[in-house]
Amino acid sequence: MWQFFHKLGSPKWFFGIATRFMPWLLAAGAILLMAGVVWGLAFAPKDYLQGNSYRIIFIHVPTAFLAQSIYIMMAFAAVVTLVWRMKLADVFVKSVAPVGLIFTFLSLFTGAVWGKPTWGTWWVWDARLTSMLILLFLYGGAIALDRAINDEKSAARAVAVLVLVGVVNIPIIQYSVEWWNTLHQPSTFKLTEKPSMPAEMWVPLLLSVLGLYCLFGWLACVRMKTEILMREQKTRWVRELIMAERG
Amino acid sequence: MHPIRKKRLTIVLFLVAGIAIAVGLTTYALRQNINLFYDPTEIAAGNAPVDVRIRAGGMVEEGSVARDADSLLVSFRVTDFSASVPVQYEGILPDLFAEGQGVVAMGRLNDQGVFVADQVLAKHDENYMPPEVAEALERSSKGQHKSADVEKAAETTAY
Repeated sequence: MWQFFHKLGSPKWFFGIATRFMPWLLAAGAILLMAGVVWGLAFAPKDYLQGNSYRIIFIHVPTAFLAQSIYIMMAFAAVVTLVWRMKLADVFVKSVAPVGLIFTFLSLFTGAVWGKPTWGTWWVWDARLTSMLILLFLYGGAIALDRAINDEKSAARAVAVLVLVGVVNIPIIQYSVEWWNTLHQPSTFKLTEKPSMPAEMWVPLLLSVLGLYCLFGWLACVRMKTEILMREQKTRWVRELIMAERG
Repeated sequence: MHPIRKKRLTIVLFLVAGIAIAVGLTTYALRQNINLFYDPTEIAAGNAPVDVRIRAGGMVEEGSVARDADSLLVSFRVTDFSASVPVQYEGILPDLFAEGQGVVAMGRLNDQGVFVADQVLAKHDENYMPPEVAEALERSSKGQHKSADVEKAAETTAY
């Protein structure tokens, strides 16, 4: 197990693995996401109360899921950075933070667009919306901190500490709708119970969530590979790779 | 595990635990401010301040909505199934506003105990269903005793 773990720390090894998995991730992501979104937007039945406006859920929920999941993954990578000083963990944090920022923004934006006709307001300072806005700022803060420090190693540690500090926000987002009175409704998907919507609605939703996870995996690989090439540009294996590429 | 790494891991765990406790205590202390609205039980018990802008949330009581014939004035009662508060509002209501639906109203509680709202927001619950299913549910529940239905609504919906 430890051998695998240490192998994972090798950028060269990861580069090879990522190249092999990427086409699969992209294909699975594109198919699942297309199926989920087309099914959800065009064929799923409309809601008895909201009519067609509820369909934004097929975009809102996947982006909100990813926004939180990416942060949790970044937090695990931050622990690895701080404890094991593994370069690849820092490459991951640096590469996926902007992706998380975009997903968080999309979930806030789609929520606001849905909130206007449904609630009667774009924005309300309730616990769920506010904690999600804090998540957006945490992503922004991590990116800014990384750019602000020139030394690669100190930047990695500073960002890792910031990411770990922010991780307390994740359970707050998750349980905000249960701990406090909020305008946002409680989760439709729960781990322990059946979803409170019929199968012809939650199946396309699940497909688009899984599709977005795969697409995120692909995006993470692309960005991590670029970052690895930038950092390792002086090493022999990168030079050989580029030579081979040029022919 | 290498002793240095073990030490670092301990520091990291303490850091996260410490922050979690700090944030937990802060949010616990501020819970009244974090709550978006007062529920009818709190208002009925006199826990909500009078003549201060607050929010009140709950379900619109069945059969309580009364509209003024020649203005936009609407009055209704907001309930959490153990207490209810009369609300007055003048303006346009959101599409989802209906009896039995959740609302959050912003306004002031006057000294007669009437909540004068200047904004009413609809609160949606986490349940989604196709219109046909909703109609079928409606039809089947009409035969049953009304109060059982209300009890079920109180259990399954979050207002």
